[in-house]
Amino acid sequence: MPIKISNNRFKDIVHSNLQDQFMRSSMSGAQDGLRLSRLKIINELGDWEEWRSHGEEIRKHVLENLDYYLNELSDNVEKLGGYVYFAETAEEANRYIEDVARKKKAKKVVKSKSMVTEEIGLNKHLEAIGIEVVETDLAEVILQMDNNDPPSHIITPALHKSKEDIRKIFMEKLNYTKTSDPTELARHVRETKRDDFFTADIGITGCNFAIAESGSVGIVTNEGNDRLTTTIPKTQITVMGMERIVPTFEEFEVLVTLLIRSAIGQNITSYVSVLSGPKRMEDVDGPEEFHLVIVDNGRSKILGTEFQSILHCIRCAACINVCPVYRHIGGQAYNSIYPGPIGIVLSPLLGGYDDFKDLPYASSLCGACSQACPVKIPLHQLIHKQRQVLVEELDEVPIQEEVLYKTFGLGGASNVLYTTSTKMISSLMKTFIKDKKYISKGFGPIKEWTSNRDFPIPKSERFRDWFENRERRIKE
Amino acid sequence: MKVTLFVTCVVDIFETDIGKATVELLERLGCEIDFPKKQVCCGQPFHAAGYVERSKPMMKDMIETFENSEVVVTPSGSCALMFKKYPEILANEPNWAKRATTLAQKTYELTDFIVNVLKTENVGAKLNGVATYHTSCQMTRLLGVKDSPSKLLSNVEGLQMKPLPYRYNCCGFGGTFATKMAEISEQMVDEKVNSVIETNADILIAAEGGCMMNIAGRMQRRNVPIKVMHIAEVLNSH
Repeated sequence: MPIKISNNRFKDIVHSNLQDQFMRSSMSGAQDGLRLSRLKIINELGDWEEWRSHGEEIRKHVLENLDYYLNELSDNVEKLGGYVYFAETAEEANRYIEDVARKKKAKKVVKSKSMVTEEIGLNKHLEAIGIEVVETDLAEVILQMDNNDPPSHIITPALHKSKEDIRKIFMEKLNYTKTSDPTELARHVRETKRDDFFTADIGITGCNFAIAESGSVGIVTNEGNDRLTTTIPKTQITVMGMERIVPTFEEFEVLVTLLIRSAIGQNITSYVSVLSGPKRMEDVDGPEEFHLVIVDNGRSKILGTEFQSILHCIRCAACINVCPVYRHIGGQAYNSIYPGPIGIVLSPLLGGYDDFKDLPYASSLCGACSQACPVKIPLHQLIHKQRQVLVEELDEVPIQEEVLYKTFGLGGASNVLYTTSTKMISSLMKTFIKDKKYISKGFGPIKEWTSNRDFPIPKSERFRDWFENRERRIKE
Repeated sequence: MKVTLFVTCVVDIFETDIGKATVELLERLGCEIDFPKKQVCCGQPFHAAGYVERSKPMMKDMIETFENSEVVVTPSGSCALMFKKYPEILANEPNWAKRATTLAQKTYELTDFIVNVLKTENVGAKLNGVATYHTSCQMTRLLGVKDSPSKLLSNVEGLQMKPLPYRYNCCGFGGTFATKMAEISEQMVDEKVNSVIETNADILIAAEGGCMMNIAGRMQRRNVPIKVMHIAEVLNSH
């Protein structure tokens, strides 16, 4: 599954990531910076909550009428002279793109940043048949040069890399000889990669939102590499998740506003490209051939379920940027190309529960994600629903937990049991007392807790005892 | 006003002082306190861990327990929130959902109740010291009780309040999260403790027993000499 990025266990990756001080400081630094710029820019709009509700409404409407809009989009793309392919699986999408590449006798492909091509493992597929794949988004270039290091964020995928890391990668792979100054590093990439745009046979892009009424694809970037990717090569292939669609330009404008402000705290990106089909007679540039690959890859299975609203996601990463868990463990710990809260919900749905069964527990359900989401996806509730699926449908429960919850479940449901068990716990715990207030080495359910925190000793007089005694005293 | 206290299991077992302070404070404000002994746990730990079906009998017990109460007040935002979630959780059992809605509508978190029902912002409390306040996620962000604690604290005589940096970040309690993901939780609570230290306060005030157990437990382990108090204890100081 290309969604999964390694074969390591969640707890092991977390443990090693927590030792990585640079990564952690860049995650928390990025969160702090992005938080402030996001709050500033959304408050400029004055009625952000209304914008969010509007965004939610649009996404809900589109997902409820997805078949209609996909038909409209595909009809309009074909009217413009483009080709549309509906790929049910990652393999189908890759095979279609491979066929186009073979027909064009393509040797080189340039790509602008795209999560969905990451999801289907397109680069690996094309490289396996001898096609050179060149990423052109600066962060993606860095990751590609670093032996295809997986992304740690969906907007800034190389967030975990330091300037010095990047310098080393460039020295090794791009004959770089200068300093770790970002301007110099970026200039070097521009100089070395510029030619690839002119020599590539195919340009491949993702798609932020396709516009059904006009058969267009909308792409936002800050580097302009999408422009070069879609202007110079003779063939353009755009790959999109089937839910990334808006009815008209009016909704496009709303969602782009929500996306950009939430993602990076800007009011607009340097480039907002809306591309409609192949080059027309009167156009001076653009591709001669245009293909739109619409990818399902498990999405339609989510439709009509209690997880449908996760398909409302516009991939802005606002939830990732406010998540206190992500802040410490970093993106790669989620072992998925989709990290953070969105990843917790989406990865098991698209990639299966087997590989991602730890993720739903990697959340304190603090709700920061739901509050930040510009289209009001109830993320923390969906994370909770994932737990419910694991426990009640898949029976993925550790034995000791099952026993504990059975015992306490009964205890909670019955006052008598509650009373006796709280008394019992109280006397059991007294064995582990440290200065009569706290337990510093616990067992069973509090063993993990006391690995780094002290645990309070149950009081010998519970509140209910105190209250009862007090009432008695008052009466006397 | 007759107030039924829902004390929460954490307070009942571990933090009885919070319960006592809540009773004394509400009585000082003219309330008559009733405590149905049938009350146990609201089911939150079970529900949050994914055991939704298993937590339903506990919820029904609680609905029955508080059926005859006029208002239900609890010194915990997350437990108040749990009551407010009952109708949705029991949605496919219309009779229970209806009774759950009645309970949800008459349930208040303590500070919210004092400010918005009793219409009191100054409870006549006195406490000398420098303090900072930890906003619990469930209470602030999800239940929506945002301003009541600061309104009440600003009127405590002798108390100097310092803003807590990164107050919006979770302290790492998250119920079972603290044990299931202890290593991550440790980093989160450490960051919280460091923020508290940074304020130079000698008291950390919170309105949520779970967060208090978590932050106090870490401070105890790190030998940080900062006192942790529930807002009910602060408002009951005079």
